[in-house]
Amino acid sequence: MNMIQALNSALDLMLERDSAVVVMGEDVGYYGGVFRVTDGLQRKYGEHRVLDTPIAEGGIVATAIGMAVNGLKPVAEVQFADYIYPAYDQIVSELARLRYRSAGEFTAPVTIRTPCGGGIRGGQTHSQSPEAIFAHVSGLKVVMPSNPCDAKGLLIAAIEAPDPVIFFEPKRLYNGPFDGDPDKPAVPWSTHPKGEVPDAYYRVPLGKAEVVRQGEQITLVTYGTMVHVCEAAARRLGLDAEIIDVRSMVPLDIETIAASVQRTGRCVVAHEATRFAGFGAELSASIQEHCFWSLEAPIQRVAGWDTPYPHAFEWEYFPGQVRVMRALEAAMEAQ
Amino acid sequence: MSGAGEAPVVRERALELLRGMLRIRQFEDRCAQLYGEQKIRGFLHLYNGQEAVATGVMECLGPEDSIVATYREHGHAIARGIPMTTLMAEMYGKREGVSRGRGGSMHLFDAATRFYGGNAIVAGGLPMAVGLALANRLARRSGIAVCFFGEGAAAEGEFHESLNLAALWHLPVLFVCENNLYAMGTALARSQATTDIAVRARTYTLEAQAVDGMDVLAVAAATRRAVASLRAGGGPVLLECRTYRFRAHSMFDAQLYREREEVEAWRERGPLISFTRRIKAAGLITEDDFQRLQAEAEAEVDAAVVFAESGEWEPVEDLGRFVYAETGA
Ligand SMILES: Cc1ncc(C[n+]2csc(CCOP(=O)(O)OP(=O)(O)O)c2C)c(N)n1
Repeated sequence: MNMIQALNSALDLMLERDSAVVVMGEDVGYYGGVFRVTDGLQRKYGEHRVLDTPIAEGGIVATAIGMAVNGLKPVAEVQFADYIYPAYDQIVSELARLRYRSAGEFTAPVTIRTPCGGGIRGGQTHSQSPEAIFAHVSGLKVVMPSNPCDAKGLLIAAIEAPDPVIFFEPKRLYNGPFDGDPDKPAVPWSTHPKGEVPDAYYRVPLGKAEVVRQGEQITLVTYGTMVHVCEAAARRLGLDAEIIDVRSMVPLDIETIAASVQRTGRCVVAHEATRFAGFGAELSASIQEHCFWSLEAPIQRVAGWDTPYPHAFEWEYFPGQVRVMRALEAAMEAQ
Repeated sequence: MSGAGEAPVVRERALELLRGMLRIRQFEDRCAQLYGEQKIRGFLHLYNGQEAVATGVMECLGPEDSIVATYREHGHAIARGIPMTTLMAEMYGKREGVSRGRGGSMHLFDAATRFYGGNAIVAGGLPMAVGLALANRLARRSGIAVCFFGEGAAAEGEFHESLNLAALWHLPVLFVCENNLYAMGTALARSQATTDIAVRARTYTLEAQAVDGMDVLAVAAATRRAVASLRAGGGPVLLECRTYRFRAHSMFDAQLYREREEVEAWRERGPLISFTRRIKAAGLITEDDFQRLQAEAEAEVDAAVVFAESGEWEPVEDLGRFVYAETGA
């Protein structure tokens, strides 16, 4: 399966298994979603389970909160992460805090799915990676899969989680793995082991990072599209790198990450989002706290520029293999 | 050809309006072609079918007025008088483009013509129009603010906040809703409780009127009345221009949400076809005139493509510019 089919399969299964699950969002029903993730679901489950909403992200999330408080498990789609900001107040002020505010009496287990990241020439307003501004808010869980197999299992776990989850889908990975080289012909997920997705129900637990490649020389900590870019960069340098796919920013599996860095003594953190106060800053600080006495070099960060995503310069902004390679070299050189 | 209180349709005006619509149509037809050739990349939303709205509205505005538009804004930018050359260069992403390649199709800006953007955020531009108008009012300037948006935007909070503020403070804003019946793949009736946008605007005490958005003269007449009222100190006005987009929402859209027959029926009423037919029948222009305008528009588009092709890329080291001010502390 590609990632679209894997996500569709997760939604299909959850709609089937649990009558409390409701899918909602702009164009998700009749149209089947701009990226086809919800294709066929309204036909199968009806308009009362798969709801077309007006273009009103604040209203979508706000309504989902009310539904969730009252026993449902809404899965809301925000068409692009770039359009989540009209809902930011509802997410931060209401969704994230309801449990704390009511001392645990009320909760809103809403899942918000939203495509993120660049690589499809979306320019300033169809390419953003805003995970850090959600990870910063206590009460939210934040997830980003890097492959179809994880996408399905994580989405099921997110829907079943008792807390709100912001579920980012790197849209450049919908149809195939992408190693950061836009000139290479696209490859489908059928060429990748993680494109093999079981039809049945399964969960990938939130809060567990995955070691996607074991290695001894250096640890690369990353997530989303950058997992594939980092793999390619390490391969090009011939480094025996350990590559960790964070998968879940909140809760963060610092144990897996720290165990690796303590062993390798060197670390590069990579994401596509802007660098300043990006999630890499949290990773870098946490790793330093846990691994200071094992570190043999400063932790390097690879990230997007501290600018909006410039339309005609996507591949300059995007932290591709060369930028990762430079960071790896810097981390390997320093004593 | 003219109705009560309307500008008369003399030959010169008929030619101007037709020229205006033809320029937009040809610019965009070429953009679609260049998209196929991968010269223009990214998201591209064409205005094809809605040309009468931008053309009719802009005819009634002056240089002191401000415009705010959407991601479907090539037509507004051209009708406002931004040169096709710098627009095409932006479509290509070149340094000579109106946003120096940073914005592309959805983010056209031009200070000289007070064109405050393309905006890819649905309803994102409405509040800015309110602020532009308030600033004009406070500075005792005569300019009005004109804001274009689709009917889909009427569901967003910004629509309601903007109409309320503009009405409460009695501001010179002209809200132009281009109701083309579909927001991406979702028909208006599937997503909004009132499909009559003008009715909704009246609940905020705006002057509001539905207009045949396929008829450039009807759009211009309604705009002229609205602008006169706004300049005379009247409160905000909303025009709901009933129109249709003939092409897909963007370049990726299988259009499974509407019937071919429906598109064909609207095409028959297309703004260019209907206006050309009408002014020919009235003896205002000849087929030769039409052909000449076509050829002129084509030549202008050709020149714009040459300009864009020969443009340069912004140097990578300059791409950090314009995040913050370059002078001052
Ligand atoms: C805040 C926000 N939400 C969602 C989108 C995605 N989107 C882009 S265009 C569109 C439909 C808008 O329809 P309408 O306002 O009627 O304008 P039209 O495209 O028909 O010109 C949607 C949902 C967006 N750009 N911004």
